[in-house]
Amino acid sequence: MVEILKELEDRFQVTDLVQQKDHLAFVSVDKNKAIPMITWLKDQAGYTSLTLLTAVDWLEDGKFQLTYMINNPKKNSQIAARVMIDRENATMESAHHLWESIRIYQRELKEMFGIDFPGSPEVDESFILEGWVDIPPYRRDFDTKKYSDETYFPRPGRQSNDPAEYMKSKMYPNE
Amino acid sequence: MEREFDKAIKEMYKEKFLAPENEVRQVSAPDGSIIEIDPLKDYFCQERPKELKPRKGVVEDFLNWARAESLWVLGFGTGCGSIEIPPLVTPRFDMYRYGVQMRPTPRQSNVFVISGYLSVKTLKRAIRSYEQMPSPKYIIALGSCTINGGMYWDSYNTINRLDHYIPVDVYIAGCMPRPEALLAGFGKLKELIKSGQGEKANEYARNFDWYKANQKKIIRDWNMPDYNW
Repeated sequence: MVEILKELEDRFQVTDLVQQKDHLAFVSVDKNKAIPMITWLKDQAGYTSLTLLTAVDWLEDGKFQLTYMINNPKKNSQIAARVMIDRENATMESAHHLWESIRIYQRELKEMFGIDFPGSPEVDESFILEGWVDIPPYRRDFDTKKYSDETYFPRPGRQSNDPAEYMKSKMYPNE
Repeated sequence: MEREFDKAIKEMYKEKFLAPENEVRQVSAPDGSIIEIDPLKDYFCQERPKELKPRKGVVEDFLNWARAESLWVLGFGTGCGSIEIPPLVTPRFDMYRYGVQMRPTPRQSNVFVISGYLSVKTLKRAIRSYEQMPSPKYIIALGSCTINGGMYWDSYNTINRLDHYIPVDVYIAGCMPRPEALLAGFGKLKELIKSGQGEKANEYARNFDWYKANQKKIIRDWNMPDYNW
C-alpha cells in the first residue's frame, strides 16, 4: 500500500494522503489528473474493480467532491480518489471507457446533483425522477420539506417534537 | 419517451425479422366491418370510466356476497410492505381459506394492496394498473406511509396522501403491519362489500377529473393515455 501511495505521489502529485486501515487509503487529486490516475491504477497497479462513485456537496466552498473508490481484488485493498470540482456548471470527464457500470453512477449524479458527464451513455435520460423540473434534489440548497409541503398534500394534524427539547422535558422536568 | 436505441432496434426488427403474425393486416370486426390491425401498436380504450349502478335487493346482496368471498389480489408490491404479503400465502397464515388469492395481472384481480410508500415513479405504474382492473375494484392501503407519508413525510419523491390520487377502501395502520393485521384488513373489506359500501370504483368514476388533476400535478411527464382500460 505504501509503495502504491508513494508512486501516486510521484506520478500524479496527489495530496492529503490518509491511510485509514491497512487496506484502505484516501487521496486527493487534481481534476484533470483524476482520470489518468484511475486509468493507471486499473491498468498497471491491479485496481481493476470499481466499488463506487459518489459525490458530496460542499455548499459553503462552492465545490462538489467526487469520490472514486476502486478495489484491488487480489490484494483486497481499496484506494479512494477524491476530486474537487466547481459547483457552478459542474462537469467531469466520463470514465465509462474504463468500467461499463460507472455510467449508472454518473447518470444518478447527473440527476441528483446536476453534475454533467459529457459522452456518458444515457446520462441525460431520467433515472428515477421522471420529468423533474426543480433544482436537483441532493443539492444542499434544495429544501425538501418545503417542496413536499407544496406538492404532496400534507395531511393536517401531524405533530413533531424537537428530540432534544422533548427528552429534556421528559427526563429533567424541573430544570 | 422512447430511447433512440430502442427506436433503431425496432426499425431494424421491422425491416428484417418481422414475424408474419405481426404484420399489419385486415380483420373483420364483430359487427361485420373490416378494420386494420397493427399488432405492434398499443391500443387503448378512450372512454371515461363509468359508474356501475347497483342492482336491486337480493340480487345485489348475492353479488356482494360473491364479490366479498373471492378477493383476488394483484401481485404488485410497491414498498417495504410487499414483504408482508408472501407469508400470507404460507400455511401459517393461509389467506386461501378466506377466499383471498394472488393474481399475476391487473385484468384478473379486483383488490389492489398498496403495500407501503409510493414514489412518484411507482405511483404512475400503480395508477395504470388500477385503471386496468375490472370494476368493482377495491384498494387496501398498507402502513402509515399511505396515510400521511409516514417516515417519508418530508421526502421530495414520495407522496403523502394516497387518497388524493386513487380512492382507498381500507387503511391498515402500522409500520409495517403484521400479516395478521392484513388478514383483519381483508375481513374489514369483506364486511364493507357485504354491506354494500364497496363503492370506491364508482367514486373514482364520479370524481374522475379531480383525481386526474391531482395525478397530473405530480406526474410531470404524462406519457400515458388518459383513459386506458
